[in-house]
Amino acid sequence: MRGIDKWFGAVHANRDVSLVVRAGTIHGIVGENGAGKSTLMGILYGYYRPDRGEILVRGRPAVFRSAQDALAAGIGMVHQHFMLVEPFTVLENVVLGVEGGFRLGGGLARARAELERLGREYHLEVDPDARVADLGVGQRQRVEILKALYRGADLLILDEPTAVLTPPEADHLFEILRALRRQGKTVLLITHKLREIREVTDVVTVMRQGRVVATLPTAETTAERLAELMVGRSVALRVDKTPSRPGEPVLEVEDLVVEDGWGVRRVKGVSFAVRRGEIVGVAGVAGNGQSELLEALAGIRPVTSGQIHWKARELTDAAPRSPRRWRQLGLSHVPEDRHRMGLVIPFAGRESAILGYHGDATYNGPIRLHRGAVAASWDRQVAEFDIRPGDGLLPTSAFSGGNQQKIVLARELDRNPDLLLIGQPTRGVDIGAIEFIHRRLVALRDAGKALLVVSVELDEILALADRILVMHDGRIVGDVPRASASERELGLMMAGVSEPS
Amino acid sequence: MNESRESRSVAAWVAPALLPAINLALALALSAVVIVLVGENPLRALRLLATGAFGNAEAIGYTLYYATSFVFTGLAVAVAFHGGLFNIGAEGQAYIAGLGVALLCLGAGGWPTVLVVPAAVLVAGAFGAGWAFVPAWLQAKRGSHVVITTIMFNFIASAVMTHLLVNVLIKPGQQSPETREFDPSTWLPQLAEVAGALGVEIGRSPLNLSSLLALGAGALVWLYLWHTRWGYELRALGHSEAAAVYGGIVPARIVIVALSISGALAGMVSLNEVMGVQHRLLMNFPGGAGYVGIAVALMGRNHPIGIVLAAILFGGLYQGGAELSFDMPKLTRDMVVVIQGLIILVCGALEHALRGPVEALFRRSPAASQA
Repeated sequence: MRGIDKWFGAVHANRDVSLVVRAGTIHGIVGENGAGKSTLMGILYGYYRPDRGEILVRGRPAVFRSAQDALAAGIGMVHQHFMLVEPFTVLENVVLGVEGGFRLGGGLARARAELERLGREYHLEVDPDARVADLGVGQRQRVEILKALYRGADLLILDEPTAVLTPPEADHLFEILRALRRQGKTVLLITHKLREIREVTDVVTVMRQGRVVATLPTAETTAERLAELMVGRSVALRVDKTPSRPGEPVLEVEDLVVEDGWGVRRVKGVSFAVRRGEIVGVAGVAGNGQSELLEALAGIRPVTSGQIHWKARELTDAAPRSPRRWRQLGLSHVPEDRHRMGLVIPFAGRESAILGYHGDATYNGPIRLHRGAVAASWDRQVAEFDIRPGDGLLPTSAFSGGNQQKIVLARELDRNPDLLLIGQPTRGVDIGAIEFIHRRLVALRDAGKALLVVSVELDEILALADRILVMHDGRIVGDVPRASASERELGLMMAGVSEPS
Repeated sequence: MNESRESRSVAAWVAPALLPAINLALALALSAVVIVLVGENPLRALRLLATGAFGNAEAIGYTLYYATSFVFTGLAVAVAFHGGLFNIGAEGQAYIAGLGVALLCLGAGGWPTVLVVPAAVLVAGAFGAGWAFVPAWLQAKRGSHVVITTIMFNFIASAVMTHLLVNVLIKPGQQSPETREFDPSTWLPQLAEVAGALGVEIGRSPLNLSSLLALGAGALVWLYLWHTRWGYELRALGHSEAAAVYGGIVPARIVIVALSISGALAGMVSLNEVMGVQHRLLMNFPGGAGYVGIAVALMGRNHPIGIVLAAILFGGLYQGGAELSFDMPKLTRDMVVVIQGLIILVCGALEHALRGPVEALFRRSPAASQA
């Protein structure tokens, strides 16, 4: 790719980006969110057209108007969010769109043979007749890779592939990638986890603010050096904090059971307490009930059975635990998904910044919602949390992931809650903002508040938590003080392998 | 930063003002083709349409009289739309509200007008809201989709009103299914009379006090949507139910309140038609205003100012179209409906078809001048 430029409205997402990927290598691309990685890959895969610049495949200029064009040139993509038809079998998903003829039978038989060959060559064993709905996340990802290979891809783009995987699953994925490289395939790995870059890539390209700042052989870099390149300054990868001094419990949960919208039990009887002055981390692979637990505690999802005590008072029926009531009691919630839940994306930034508190007397007269008061509290939060840009009239969608998260955090911390529930505190947030957010959370703990942090990033849990609860299949399978927790042990618990102790 | 701000402000001006104008011109150009195909001179037809709608005080009066009903229904559709709801039932809500207003006016003969008018506003609102409440409740509590139920309620309203007008409310000894004329004390004052009393001469037309009420309703809707916490909750729900629930908003409550307000606004049509012009209850008096309201809200971008402008455009098409088919017999009423349809198609359904190219035109220039 040579001299790629791409504008989105007024945003210059890629500035004169040139990238050379050598055949038969694993090439990592790292950068903060909003650095332009996904845009660049979108251009390579035919989703976007560059405003300037050209793409050369094996030395020949190529123009990609659609994903089909990219596929025809041998470029395949494995998306962060899988694009699979759940009720279909693996085989049916793989042939979708390339069924090979009017009648399915012949094409399916050919595909079955091809799948077996691919599975053998690349350690990609998946049962071709299994329904995708029954497969775990790691398996689904293999189906995505198979889909791309089946279509003849020589260059595979993987967008944040390990975000949803357990450490053992991620290791297996890396095995697959190495096997692909041995067979002469090329892999482009987009990530912001430095560990993965070091572990599996041959060459790494660092992007910042739409530009390529460096392309280096991985062997010649260190994690600290990469982090520095990504943010443009040195950052501490660890959170400095003193040992916690827990006080009395704020929230106690007994035998809590939560069902999802289809009546499936997602939380199967959990009990724990969160005390003043401690950060309790909930670790687990996505989809093991943490999200449902968090939403049930926040009053968004109904509780099927079990008790919730707030400062030693029992709160059982639904009414006292509505999100509105919780806010009044002093429980704040930063939801896992700020796009879907924490913010109203089309709203002006400062409108999103009062969600949940829009009925407060500070903002309201008897009838009117006072814009002046809303603007004043916005300005205060902008100053305190360094939200950029500071223009509260911009739509919420105009803020980067890190700044959106700061908007949510500023809003929830502004009320000085006694308990903060926080899901994926730094998902999709760049390193500079991660550091800031972690420091704020520790400061809240040191002020004697209780925090419950749910994150699928084990590194984050390890950095923040004073006590770690591990969830697997709706149950708490481990309750470990941070000091005595090891990454390996936690990984085994997350994977459902029974506790060795 | 500066340059990005500039390109944004250009886009902000293009989207609501220039784009509808271009779309309207395109729709008129397409209409001209249709008129040529019928064998008439399109320029003369457009001139007749324009003078018929805006040529003199009387024509303007009629245009604004039609526009008044469209403002009410346009606002009704817009309020529901901001909550993510499609109220297709403004027609039936207006019709049922007419029943309430008629019963009030039939019973309140001899009351002073200053008392009848506010009472009629309340009654029209209550009946319209009541008719919208049932689909709202069904959506909020049972999950029945309001698009389906509000359409069905239009048919129910029509059947109920036919039954009442044919069998119950009909003036005894008369063939046509309508009530007796109301006592003049319950008529909504004509604006021509009001202006005349103030010494201003505006042509005679059915334009009445309800037009001012429509403007007032527009201002109240604006206040409600963007300057109250209730409007905030409505818009939050319209954009994202998950975020609304997270923010402590109870969707069922908002759905019921928003659709009731929407129904009440639609009900105000009956003030214009029943109390302001006909002075009796007629079969099918809303005459499609409820459906036109959907197009008006769409074209007016669900903003009160846009709705008033779009309503005047559609009012002009109604009034000018009537004049047009009078002067050009080849252009029947149906042809005028075709022209209206083209405008709705281009300005409403294809609203964003030209958006990309036009905005690109405006984006290119600041970027180029800066480079």
